[in-house]
Amino acid sequence: MSDSAQPQQSLYAAREPIFPRRVSGKFRNLKWIVMAVTLGIYYVTPWIRWDRGPELPDQAVLLDLAHRRFYFFWIEIWPHEFYFVAGLLIMAGLGLFLFTSALGRVWCGYACPQTVWTDLYILVERWIEGDRNARLRLHRQTGWDLRKARLRITKWTLWLLIGLATGGAWVFYFADAPTLLRDLVTLQAHPIAYTTMAILTGTTFLFGGFAREQICIYACPWPRIQAAMMDEDTITVGYRAWRGEPHKHSEEVKAGAEMGDCIDCMACVNVCPMGIDIRDGQQLECITCALCIDACDDVMAKIGKPRGLIDYLALSDEEAEREHRTPKSVWRHILRPRTILYTVLWSLVGIGLVFALFIRAPFDITVAPLRNPTHVVMSDGSIRNTYDVRIRNKYGEDGTFRIVASGHPAMIVDLEGVDGKTVTIAPQEMKLQRVYVTVPAGTGPALAERTDFRFWIEDVNSTAREHKDTSFFGQGN
Amino acid sequence: MSNKPSQLQKGDPTTTGHEWDGIQEFNNPLPRWWLWTFYACIAWGIGYTIAYPAWPGISAATPGLLGYSSRAEVAEEIAAVETRNAPVNERLEGVELASVGDDAELYSYAVSSGAAVFRTWCAQCHGSGAGGVQASGYPNLLDDDWLWGGDIDAIHQTIAYGIRNEEYDDARYSAMPAYGDMFTAEEISQVVNFVQTLSGGTANDPAQVEAGSVLYADNCAACHGEAGEGDITQGAPNLADAIWLYGGDYAALTYTVTNARFGIMPGWQDRLSEAEIRAVALYVHQLGGGQ
Ligand code: HEC
Ligand code: HEC
Repeated sequence: MSDSAQPQQSLYAAREPIFPRRVSGKFRNLKWIVMAVTLGIYYVTPWIRWDRGPELPDQAVLLDLAHRRFYFFWIEIWPHEFYFVAGLLIMAGLGLFLFTSALGRVWCGYACPQTVWTDLYILVERWIEGDRNARLRLHRQTGWDLRKARLRITKWTLWLLIGLATGGAWVFYFADAPTLLRDLVTLQAHPIAYTTMAILTGTTFLFGGFAREQICIYACPWPRIQAAMMDEDTITVGYRAWRGEPHKHSEEVKAGAEMGDCIDCMACVNVCPMGIDIRDGQQLECITCALCIDACDDVMAKIGKPRGLIDYLALSDEEAEREHRTPKSVWRHILRPRTILYTVLWSLVGIGLVFALFIRAPFDITVAPLRNPTHVVMSDGSIRNTYDVRIRNKYGEDGTFRIVASGHPAMIVDLEGVDGKTVTIAPQEMKLQRVYVTVPAGTGPALAERTDFRFWIEDVNSTAREHKDTSFFGQGN
Repeated sequence: MSNKPSQLQKGDPTTTGHEWDGIQEFNNPLPRWWLWTFYACIAWGIGYTIAYPAWPGISAATPGLLGYSSRAEVAEEIAAVETRNAPVNERLEGVELASVGDDAELYSYAVSSGAAVFRTWCAQCHGSGAGGVQASGYPNLLDDDWLWGGDIDAIHQTIAYGIRNEEYDDARYSAMPAYGDMFTAEEISQVVNFVQTLSGGTANDPAQVEAGSVLYADNCAACHGEAGEGDITQGAPNLADAIWLYGGDYAALTYTVTNARFGIMPGWQDRLSEAEIRAVALYVHQLGGGQ
């Protein structure tokens, strides 16, 4: 280090509050619609009913943790089928990759819960305290008077209520919604429900009301990952510098240069929920919510200039336009090897999942050989191996299943505690059945070290059957 | 060095003022709330070590103000489980052993709690899979061969009072004489050769079988049966089947006949509750050989 006698700068900075101004325009409208749809889905979904017969819950979407089932309309997922959930998550991931490389941070700008709820909170804030200037004034007012107290308390109360509704809706996904609602109101619900609600109310209140852009900038890994997925073809929110610069208050204009279209009205900065200046180019903070486009279009219309000084465009467009070339068409931007690859991968996983969904048997089995000891010698010298066979009856009614061992004619199957070779299992139940396979003394499998064979589990009432391969250990072992 | 890319001056507000060979360091200030979160975590950490056991001492760690201990928590949980199970255990003690199977819920409770009892108290001798210890006197409980009887009541009796122990008058008891004192070495060899043929095996020296059979009929058949079929009232093993408690080869048989064995199993009447004994009896009964 060459020099230490430098004026010390603080390494920490307080958050600069942001007071986004109201804006209207097509992207703002789109955002309202997306907000209504996403919030609608979130709040309404747990209340949709779906008849599955008397034994099963009638909630269309239900994460039944106690019984370890996930119900999604006509689909029902058991714990061992968790790969469906994993597959859906992979699809969600690939979908995000696809959208990000094609359209930039649209997820952040429109659909991310942090964005949607912050937007809602800002709406409430504006409604109570007024637009940007009024809020700035209120913020700068030192000392509390009755009016400030009233406004703040009303705002916080409303925020809290929204937070409560958010946490409240969340718990409905995990239990029968109408019952839970009644229990919640009559204070009879499980403490976990209240705790979950309290935590979500708190985080919603904090994240939507106070932390806002701090979450995106400091807490969320996604902006950093996304930056790596965007390239010069990605369509994102950008500033046509070739057209806007030099802006009104720039050094160049002061020195007599001809002014660009940007009149430095700061409309784009004032509406920005992230508090940035899009004219500085793409930056980590920008969630591409496109509100600056609406704001700027508005101003351009007023001063009689064409819209789109700030617009959805690819980085290469700006350059092309600057050099008076025709920029690539939107489709040429979107359809490139990378996005096509993502689409193909996404579809493959999707097709795989749909396929897996259709070939699911109405019951399924696992076979676990008991190897402690590997085999038992019976008094007549025959050799017995023991297997734990688990059968899940996914039918809505009793199922009867026959257990067959095929691999060597000498093998005899016996079921513990059952006369005969069939087990009956209640609807939606899993049964563990101990199965003995015995071979007479002196036969092949009895003498051999190991004989591979196959268990067939056959549904007695239909043609459905499932198999599992396993092995028989004999005395040679 | 070009100053084009950054155009920064030393001490410029956006650098920390640090410089190493012309390389300057940006100052991207961390949000202050982050710093406070960090301090809050430290405060929380200190509070935590005061409230909970934390600092190691010579003989024990500091106990913590809340008096929490994971051991006490486990004890509490165990007590809670026991209170919860009390009614089922009562039910288990109240019914005929042979009819527990009719009550599916009670039966499955008994078998799983019996499995737990077995792993705790019986696995040392009988093996965690109940396979016994081959040829060393700890019987395999998975097979269909029983020394003292394989129906549920016999098994219960065996477990409750044990075998050949001195604790219980009701313990199963019998003693095979040690023939080393009574027989000559040749006689022992003869009877052993005969015993080898009982289970369909071939004798080491077929010439001695004939003499052995006479010795057997006179001395051994009273306990082991004419054809070696054993006697469960005396715990005398079946000598004609494929299963050996101590081993069926010539050397093991010679040792058994010369010295006799005296397998001992403790009784559980005073160590386990009646419900536990019943549970483990039901567990053993359904392992594959129950009658
Ligand atoms: C200290 C070792 C030991 C422990 C512990 C032990 N056993 Fe035993 N057990 C034996 C021996 C040895 C025999 C065979 C005695 C004989 O030769 O008759 C036996 C025999 C038995 C039998 C009779 C088998 C037959 O063929 O009739 C049963 C049933 C049994 N044990 C169950 C249990 C159960 C249940 C437990 C736990 C509660 C247990 N044992 C704990 C040593 C033990
Ligand atoms: C008083 C009854 C009695 C008599 C008589 C008797 N036995 Fe036994 N024998 C037993 C009992 C009881 C055991 C089991 C010993 C134990 O577990 O400690 C046994 C065990 C054995 C075993 C071990 C079996 C195995 O599975 O490993 C052999 C072999 C045997 N006896 C042979 C003989 C022969 C041979 C004679 C006659 C010379 C004989 N016994 C006489 C009671 C008797």
